[in-house]
Amino acid sequence: MDQLSMTFAALADPTRRAILARLATGETSVTELAEPFNMSLPAISKHLKVLERAGLVARGREAQWRPCRLEAKPLEEANDWLERYREFWEASYQRLDALLDELKAQEKKRGRKKS
Amino acid sequence: MVSHPTLNVTTPSDVEVVMTREFNAPRRLVWETMSNPELLSRWLFGPDDWKLDVVEDEQRAGGSFRWVWRGSDGAEMTMSGVYSEVVPPERMVRTEVFAFGDQPPLGEQLATLVLADQGERTALTLTLLYNSKEARDGAIASGMARGVSISYDRLDEVLASANTLATH
Repeated sequence: MDQLSMTFAALADPTRRAILARLATGETSVTELAEPFNMSLPAISKHLKVLERAGLVARGREAQWRPCRLEAKPLEEANDWLERYREFWEASYQRLDALLDELKAQEKKRGRKKS
Repeated sequence: MVSHPTLNVTTPSDVEVVMTREFNAPRRLVWETMSNPELLSRWLFGPDDWKLDVVEDEQRAGGSFRWVWRGSDGAEMTMSGVYSEVVPPERMVRTEVFAFGDQPPLGEQLATLVLADQGERTALTLTLLYNSKEARDGAIASGMARGVSISYDRLDEVLASANTLATH
């Protein structure tokens, strides 16, 4: 699987996104990570493995887990990818906003309301 | 400067792209702007120097459509397909196939448009469904869901990657 796909697969799960957010605030152990999720250690470990394979987190010594700063690149690439796509659509929708404002103003002027 | 509602783009599965956005207008008006060819051509035309020509548009179940975008440099992109559902002012489902210039068509997506009535506002959800992950990723990577313009000097590059990624 290519890197971008693995990144997306890793990010597709809300628990994994939350794990990533937690690790971004600093290294922690699997036990500490599992706590807020009310999830078993094996379940959390499974998620961590997916994140690790995607290069988004790394295992340190003594079962500490940490976010990989170097591996922030997959995340950036993934963000850019969708972002460009979103920007294209945003430009069109902003034009639509202006057109809708114009149409509403026209209707108001005419004093007619179609139901 | 007016602030605009946020456009959200997500990939909830390997084969989908979902866009959500709100509009500051009643639903029947938003539907008009998305179904009336004259109005469509006023916002969905791509970059500033491009034009949208709604060549054919039979808005009914089983009806076909063909929309053509043309750039001032001669570049051309066509989107065509068949409607499976048209329920004004709330729902539209159709297949969409893209082609560039005289090239054979590449990539197909199933587009589901839902407009939710929020009184004086409207919530749009547009779901694009692909045959495969590769097709979905390819569509995003080339950045051309609908009416995205590409200039001729990038056309070859886009066609090459789209041909590699598209599946039918």
